[in-house]
Amino acid sequence: MLRYANPANFLRLAALLIPAGAVLSGVLLTLGLALAFFVAPADYQQGETVRIMYVHVPAAWLALFCWGVMSAAALGTLVWRHPLADAAQKAAAPLGAAFTFVCLATGSLWGKPMWGTWWVWDARLTSVLVLFIMYLGLIALWRAIEEPVRAGRAAAILTLVGAVNLPIVKFSVDWWNTLHQPASVFRMGGPTIHASMLWPLLVMATALTLLFLTLHLMATRNEILRRRLRRRAILAAEAGEARAHAAQGAAE
Amino acid sequence: MSAHAWFVFAAYAISLLAIGGAALAILIDHRALKAALARLPDDDEETPA
Repeated sequence: MLRYANPANFLRLAALLIPAGAVLSGVLLTLGLALAFFVAPADYQQGETVRIMYVHVPAAWLALFCWGVMSAAALGTLVWRHPLADAAQKAAAPLGAAFTFVCLATGSLWGKPMWGTWWVWDARLTSVLVLFIMYLGLIALWRAIEEPVRAGRAAAILTLVGAVNLPIVKFSVDWWNTLHQPASVFRMGGPTIHASMLWPLLVMATALTLLFLTLHLMATRNEILRRRLRRRAILAAEAGEARAHAAQGAAE
Repeated sequence: MSAHAWFVFAAYAISLLAIGGAALAILIDHRALKAALARLPDDDEETPA
């Protein structure tokens, strides 16, 4: 595992995993969408609207999972000061923001026909909105600090502090009286969803998780290349400065 | 489809735009970084294909 924490080894491994991940997630996504639209039945109360679940629920899981990945990377930054942990953390934030946005937008589109409103300030919806704002804050922090190592440490601290919100999001439906329904898959006593809907949901969740992991590998690879570019630009500037000094010395 | 079909289509369209947009941004960024790196001299670091 640690062998691949070396940036050069990581790039070699990523070159192998990215095409495989892209193909596999594409195949699974096609299968998941086919199951969600043509095999899974309509709900006896919600009708066709229940099909929003097959993208909303995996997006919500990934919004939390991504912050978990960033928290693990933040520990790597603060405890082991590993440059790859910095890169992985920075690469994950926009993806987490995208999945949290999908969760909020699809939830709103599901809520309007079912609850009669686009939005309510209940604990689940509000804590997910806070999660989305934290993702945006983290992206802004990375952009505000130019020096990558300093930015990485500041972002790591913010990420670990923000991890407090994860159990709040997960258990908000149990701790408070919310309009949002309680957990129906990951709960004590097993899932309450019928297998005809559970399997398409699990296939979609697997497909989107694989897609997330593939995109995260690609974005981490970009971060490594960005740091390599920064280093080369600094070296080129220093070499140019040295040449200018030498030319000036020769002229004098 | 039901009267709520547009909500379902809108949900999947927004998901496609958000996730597809993120994927596209990563691909464009990668191309730009590779082009910029090719313009600068190598700093003798091992560069995988």
